[in-house]
Amino acid sequence: MSASSTADVPFEAKTKVGRFTDFVDERVGGSGILREFGRKVFPDHWSFMFGEVALYSFVILLMSGTFLTFFFDPSMAETHYDGSYTPLYNVEMSVAYSSSLNISFDVRGGLFMRQVHHWAALLFVASLGVHMLRVFFTGAFRKPREMNWVVGGVLLILAMAAGFTGYSLPDDLLSGNGLRIIDGVIKSIPVIGTYISFFLFGGEFPGTAIIGRLYVLHILLVPALILLMIVIHLFMVVVHKHTQYPGPGRNDGNVVGYPLGPVYAAKAGGFFFIVFGVIALMAAAFTINPIWNYGPYDPSPVSAGTQPDWYIGFVDGALRLMPGVVNDFHFEYVIFGQTLTLNVLLPALVPAGIIFTVLFTYPWIERWITKDNREHHVLDRPRNAPTRTAIGVAGFTWYCVMWAAAGSDLIATHFHVSLNDVTYWLRALFFVGPIIAFIVTKRVALALQRKDREIALHGRETGRIVRLPHGEFIEVHAPLDDYKQYKLVGFESPAPLPAQPNEHGVVTRKEKRRAALSKWFFEDRVAPATPAEVEAAHGHHEAIEGSEQKSLSH
Amino acid sequence: MGNHSDGSPKHSGTVATAGQNEVEKFQDPGLPPHRLRLADTDPKAAKRAERQVAILFGVSIVGTLIFLGAYFAIDLGDDSTIATIRNQNLLLGLGTAFAMLGIGTGIVHWAKALMPDHEVSEERHGIRTEEDRQAAVRIVDDIVEETGIKRRPLIRNTLLGAVALAPLPAIAVFGDLGPRPDDKLAHTMWAPQDGKLKRLTRDPDGTPIKASDVTIGSAFHVIPEGLNELHEGKLNEKAKAVVLLMRLNPDSLKISPGREDWSYNGIVAYSKICTHVGCPVALYEQQTHHLLCPCHQSTFDLTQECKVIFGPASRPLPQLPIAVDAEGYLVATSDFKEPVGPSYWERDEHERLINS
Repeated sequence: MSASSTADVPFEAKTKVGRFTDFVDERVGGSGILREFGRKVFPDHWSFMFGEVALYSFVILLMSGTFLTFFFDPSMAETHYDGSYTPLYNVEMSVAYSSSLNISFDVRGGLFMRQVHHWAALLFVASLGVHMLRVFFTGAFRKPREMNWVVGGVLLILAMAAGFTGYSLPDDLLSGNGLRIIDGVIKSIPVIGTYISFFLFGGEFPGTAIIGRLYVLHILLVPALILLMIVIHLFMVVVHKHTQYPGPGRNDGNVVGYPLGPVYAAKAGGFFFIVFGVIALMAAAFTINPIWNYGPYDPSPVSAGTQPDWYIGFVDGALRLMPGVVNDFHFEYVIFGQTLTLNVLLPALVPAGIIFTVLFTYPWIERWITKDNREHHVLDRPRNAPTRTAIGVAGFTWYCVMWAAAGSDLIATHFHVSLNDVTYWLRALFFVGPIIAFIVTKRVALALQRKDREIALHGRETGRIVRLPHGEFIEVHAPLDDYKQYKLVGFESPAPLPAQPNEHGVVTRKEKRRAALSKWFFEDRVAPATPAEVEAAHGHHEAIEGSEQKSLSH
Repeated sequence: MGNHSDGSPKHSGTVATAGQNEVEKFQDPGLPPHRLRLADTDPKAAKRAERQVAILFGVSIVGTLIFLGAYFAIDLGDDSTIATIRNQNLLLGLGTAFAMLGIGTGIVHWAKALMPDHEVSEERHGIRTEEDRQAAVRIVDDIVEETGIKRRPLIRNTLLGAVALAPLPAIAVFGDLGPRPDDKLAHTMWAPQDGKLKRLTRDPDGTPIKASDVTIGSAFHVIPEGLNELHEGKLNEKAKAVVLLMRLNPDSLKISPGREDWSYNGIVAYSKICTHVGCPVALYEQQTHHLLCPCHQSTFDLTQECKVIFGPASRPLPQLPIAVDAEGYLVATSDFKEPVGPSYWERDEHERLINS
């Protein structure tokens, strides 16, 4: 059709590669795709790499994980180990554990693949977390990207699920105790907890079903969901085009950066190999999860200093922080003849619930407070949104307190302090830490804004000290060039938005609450310097320098 | 410097305000002028960068060779040791790292030093145009109209009902994932079998423990007699039945009414499964008579019948009633008088069941 309608002489490829490309192109329309994407512009900044790290870690996880499935046997049948790791020779264990040992000791490169897989998993969740922090602190979640932020949150949860299901597979002592903790948490769920536990484990803990079930979740369901979410995520990135940092020449109507081909593609593609190389280096040099040291799962022994993988730590820490008995009040009590175990239920569900609820709803909360319905493609520098930045740091601090609590015993033994004291301090920080973090962060952000303002008004310090005739010493400031100056003054500083009446002329109670939050959000603000102010400030300097000139000419 | 603070504090002393009406704003000066790199101006520098990229790709080739060498040259035969595996792992990893980092840094260096580094600006377009929206609305209206779903509520409502019910079998079909819990969690292997009391035996070898072997201050990890001989569900039973056995000075034990004959001569036995979330309470502090759970640091005081004195557990460890049989071996006189391990919704029900 195209040949007859567009040109009288149909295109004929001359080289072999050309003919092949043309064959494909005529059938899939690759030219159009290339025309659209070949030179698509991507902004460049080091902080945009965290998402890439996550993506590449996931690719590495798929590759190393596929290798591992060829040798792993997720059976909980009993066997006697006969591999080459002599300390465990003839020890009774599950087939799953035995095959994990075989991967480590009898498959060439198996240990390396296991370590690559585990390190990549840790890096995957970590880079997702840091990427989300970047998106939060720069305000990249604002319209039109709210839904993509939610997809990112779902990815974080899926990544944790993938990590946890995978962590339990080798059926070693450490992961078995982890499963036992999960079982205890599930049993604390009112009404249906016991049933869920029996259905998950196929009967009583530990049973003989759980490893096989986790295996299917780990290698099929969870990765498929992650892949689906990544596709949606990247599709939306293409639709929205990437955000960019503020600066001269950048605004909400354009996107400034490098074209996809060749520079951006080369950098991003090369970066995949760098991520792979770094993970390989870690797998080569640093042991991770030496399951052979732990032994097979047995409900009786446990090693001191047990730790979950880092991303589950905050839930484990919350479990540790919760007191079971305060004075004589027991957090477990009997209600209508049934047992309610709040000392497990509350810490397991509430902090994680709050964190993820706030995370998922935050774009809409801020949108409601600011009544800002514009599209934002230029990022905020964190200092220019002091309240948001303070909220983020407060939440992060809260998370970190719980995370630290997961290592309370190690903190106590490493620093030779009492374990009980560590717990008491962390309990206090659980409540006070986020508040302190909020206040300090907000002050720091405002101080940085004022520093920016000062530099915009009076120029940068030159380090040149001049003595004035009357004996005063001053430091000479040099004015900034237009581009640097614009970076410091080209931002919005919204003022609190007072309550507004609705169409009936009534100021609703909800609107009043919004106005109060808006005041809380924007009350403390540093406005960007205006041209008039800079003019005035320069006049001030000129005067000084003028008098200096004069005094010298005397 | 200090005299440069501008604006007057309005609310909390931190506000510096510009002209509130903000009529004036800085004009965007546009993209800064492009600055040439050394490699753009000096052919020697460009040649040098080219050589560096080639060397990095060469490093990658060497890395791949290291990997292949380590894979085929190091034999994991029967006589290999942990050291062999460790060396092979190191070489395989270093080989991969060189291979990957060589390619990665080479390409990035190539892009940064030799490819054009002009930043370009591209217009953004609206994500949705009003024209598209109207067209879409028309299409949806047409589709809805053609199905006639608005005019035929009977069809709509029966379809809704059918679709709402259809997933139920998909939920029901998971009913065989596990058995009903019933009262399985309420019982352990310690219950006397055919009138014969179970002996306390050592974990893991299963040899019985004589009361005279238990000296003051000692502690034993205990499993019930016959556990090791189980063919099925051994770990399930062990997960409920493991016990810690300790002997204290009888005077230091506070014994509550009804438990007078649960211990023997200062020897007491408690469930090893933490009442918090079920970790083994494996650490016994001999001096303080405290039991500590290494998972979440719940601490139980042995002298006060394992009352919780610190940490997230809320309930004391269940005590196993013990006595001595005719041959001097320790036996359990009955099962635990309450369910062991982490609490669950039906726990109190089960406790009443056991004691009725």
